[in-house]
Amino acid sequence: MATQKVEAPLEAEETPETVVVRFAGDSGDGMQLTGGQFTLSTALAGNDLATFPDFPAEIRAPQGTLFGVSAFQINFGSRAINTAGDAPDVLVAMNPAALKVNLPALKPGGLVIADTGEFSKRNLDKAKYDVNPLEDDSLAKFDVLAFDISAQTIEAVKPFGLGNKDALRCKNMWTLGLALWMFDRPREPIHQWLKAKFKSKPDIADANIAALDAGHAYGETAEISGPLKQLHMPPVPSAPGLYRTVTGAEAVSLGLVAGAQLAELPMFFGGYPITPASAILHHLVRLKEFGVTTFQAEDEIAAICAAIGASYAGSLGITSSSGPGIALKGEAMGLAIMTELPLVIVNSQRGGPSTGLPTKTEQSDLYQAVYGRNGDAPMPVIAARSPSDAFEVAIEACRIAVEYMTPVMLLTDGYIANAAEPWKVPDPKGFTPFPAKFLEQKNDGDNLLPYKRDAKGARPWIKPGTPELMHRIGGIEKHELTGNIDYSPANHQAMTDARKAKIDRIAVPDQDVALGDTSGKLAVVGWGSTYGPIHQAVRRSREKGLDVSHIHVRHIWPLPGNLGDLLRGFDHVLVPEMNTGQFKTVLRDQFLVDAQPLTKTSGQPFQIAELEAAIASYFDGQPGDAGGEEVDANDQQLPSPKAVNP
Amino acid sequence: MNEMTSPKDMVTTTLKDWETDQEVRWCPGCGDYAILKAVQRTLPQLGADPAKTVFISGIGCSSRFPYYIESYGFHTIHGRAPAFATGAKLANPELDIWLVTGDGDGLSIGGNHLMHVLRRNVNMQIMLFNNEIYGLTKGQYSPTSREGTRSPSTPLGSVDHPARPAAFALGAGARFVARGFDVSKKLPEVLMAAHAHQGAAFIEIFQNCIVYNKDVFDDFAAPKGAEDRQLWLENGEPMLFAGGRQGLTLDRDELCLKVVEVADGDWEAAGVIVHDVTNRIIAHMLVEMPFGPFPMALGVLYDDLRPTFESGVIEERERATTGKTADLVKLLGSGQTWTVSGTAADPV
Repeated sequence: MATQKVEAPLEAEETPETVVVRFAGDSGDGMQLTGGQFTLSTALAGNDLATFPDFPAEIRAPQGTLFGVSAFQINFGSRAINTAGDAPDVLVAMNPAALKVNLPALKPGGLVIADTGEFSKRNLDKAKYDVNPLEDDSLAKFDVLAFDISAQTIEAVKPFGLGNKDALRCKNMWTLGLALWMFDRPREPIHQWLKAKFKSKPDIADANIAALDAGHAYGETAEISGPLKQLHMPPVPSAPGLYRTVTGAEAVSLGLVAGAQLAELPMFFGGYPITPASAILHHLVRLKEFGVTTFQAEDEIAAICAAIGASYAGSLGITSSSGPGIALKGEAMGLAIMTELPLVIVNSQRGGPSTGLPTKTEQSDLYQAVYGRNGDAPMPVIAARSPSDAFEVAIEACRIAVEYMTPVMLLTDGYIANAAEPWKVPDPKGFTPFPAKFLEQKNDGDNLLPYKRDAKGARPWIKPGTPELMHRIGGIEKHELTGNIDYSPANHQAMTDARKAKIDRIAVPDQDVALGDTSGKLAVVGWGSTYGPIHQAVRRSREKGLDVSHIHVRHIWPLPGNLGDLLRGFDHVLVPEMNTGQFKTVLRDQFLVDAQPLTKTSGQPFQIAELEAAIASYFDGQPGDAGGEEVDANDQQLPSPKAVNP
Repeated sequence: MNEMTSPKDMVTTTLKDWETDQEVRWCPGCGDYAILKAVQRTLPQLGADPAKTVFISGIGCSSRFPYYIESYGFHTIHGRAPAFATGAKLANPELDIWLVTGDGDGLSIGGNHLMHVLRRNVNMQIMLFNNEIYGLTKGQYSPTSREGTRSPSTPLGSVDHPARPAAFALGAGARFVARGFDVSKKLPEVLMAAHAHQGAAFIEIFQNCIVYNKDVFDDFAAPKGAEDRQLWLENGEPMLFAGGRQGLTLDRDELCLKVVEVADGDWEAAGVIVHDVTNRIIAHMLVEMPFGPFPMALGVLYDDLRPTFESGVIEERERATTGKTADLVKLLGSGQTWTVSGTAADPV
């Protein structure tokens, strides 16, 4: 690939294996765009990476305020990465508020790049700084590179005759240019992207390109020897093949499309706008050629009801939402359970309760997913652990829904939905098809028995339009074979048992151990997006000689059959979760194991160091018990786990 | 002619073919029995195919309806039937969908969905059984109950103003609005007109709840002696009632309808207006017309075609997929990609 090397990269021993960079600015500064393009250039450079977009719930919060700060963190390196990193090495702060909000996260000795052009009295006031932090000694423990990025940008785009406001909008590209230089990245792909993005406004494209090049040149001219150095990260040795970056929302969408194809069904997606789930609707609406029909309903309830109506008529019905929307869908889920129709419900969890933290991440809908319906309403629940894992999990959700005639809930979260990572593009042929079967003729001699079950406990799927198979279904308890209304005591007992048995018997793969031994002193059990930090914390602890294993559960309900025995093989079970201990409760209830919670509900993912400290507390007096303090927070690599690059 | 029953698809059935083996569980004497019979009488006349006919309902007395029709049926949840029906219709536009709802199901808990299915104009027949009461939950007042209705939840009489189903439908953008009542011999005719309309066809059917709200419609729907208070609308015909002795005229100064006496059948001289089913303004006046000073407007009040939702969805899909193939391998490998061979990464 074409690279522009201005000077020899630093000596190998000075090049860290991973770097964490956080771009922070006002929500109008285009930080997510900057981060996204930097991610792409990082992926093209062959580095592994993980990202964490962190943005406010407001679309355009008042400029310069603390609550209007938008940030994008990327962890990348020449070894496998599976978290967005704990503490940034580099913080790009586009204004005082961005500095104030993000500085506490910066690693001691880290580099601050600040735009002095934005450190006006007015902006300092808005960020509640009495004194300009760039001018006192409050940043003494960091390297600081402060200069007027705004002025540099205006100068760079002068030839294009933009107004001051439009010119300043190119600041993010100037900054990206500097970042590209710092990490020895080619500019060409970004040039191409800008040309495509502003196809109808070539002036704007040219101005942005000029800003990008100027930022890059600024690094090159090396007037600033000081803290600014160019780093060249060698590519990660990855399995040969085709790669792309993927966010969780994209991976879920692609997985659902693949799942519907494997089921040989048209897909019907009913959705209602909600953060952070809307991205799935946005992706699927563009995939009509795959037999996808999308429907933006009048509310969350209509979205799921329309999906169930479509499943009833022979499509694979899918709906997606986030916590509050999922709550609204609860009654309809009960109907899908009662009428035993396939349905996939994607829940991109966010901080709750109520509206909670729409743009922040949490895992606090597990109770809602497993238990949150009226009546005995068993429903399979599976959880994705990373953006790329979401692809496989979405296929698995479709499989269970179609094979067992049941709604299935797929849990992701705001972190997975928005975060990006490199993904080795899978071959669809690697997945076993599970074609849906529709009943075409009467299944009991001259009679139709709509609730006669197969070996899996599933009833037949009967499409309206099929001659001779007219029948009625509904939410009222029904006879265990005919489906006619039947409130009789023995029948309700039998149907409750049958609905439970069907879900209990779902073929769930045995639980494996993600890292470590299958028995020992401590098992750290996670689910969902905590995979990355748990994995790294366990790896580091094991390197220090601690007897700890990482178990990561995909199938939340029903749980893998061997999980109880597996957990009983450990002296201690620690369950880190971004909630107040929900999966812990399920494990205790199902297996009578003394699962201990480690909880966090700050809206931010776990840091590796805090998990390491929790692990260390189980090993008092043993070498390595000091936990996170001993280890550099960014030393966190291991061979790429299978699930990240299936 | 409805799109799913072009002549070649007409199926010959009798009333008996549309009866199920299910025991009907409505109270003896309930108006629902008469509506059920009217529907079972209508379906053979339409040439409807039981295998392609789907009755979808919400919750309430009316919503038990699908169990008693020998077709496909889906008894869903309270108020949401329009959403299920929309999904089913989009998944298979060939299905002939009849929605069954009531005043509580359709206008209270499900008002939102009813509004949107009408606005979107999803092709189906929507029968709203209006008995002005919650029957299945034992007699509470409903959104269509008249002011002062005494019920277990309003022992001193209700104070809220009732919703008017036909006015609601028209306001929501319905392109077909009709009225009938349970024991009316003309109900099948109204249902046939609704079926012939391509789009969401809304039919308010006054239904006598003999247990909780007995005979509230007797002033115009009593088996005998109420005919004079019924205005049966016919497209292209003068708006006459009371055996042609009275009619409706348009007061062009006040912009309102007025009742006029017709002498010797000379309705033109009396200024009686002719019903035009496509006249939306007059339709608004007809659905707002207070019963008492005016007769009850029945039959097809409004009928004016507009493209259906599902046809729009299908057209858009065809446009968007022209020249595209469903290549999953290509889709997964789309976006900005790179290949890894050995240790070098190359943009693709």
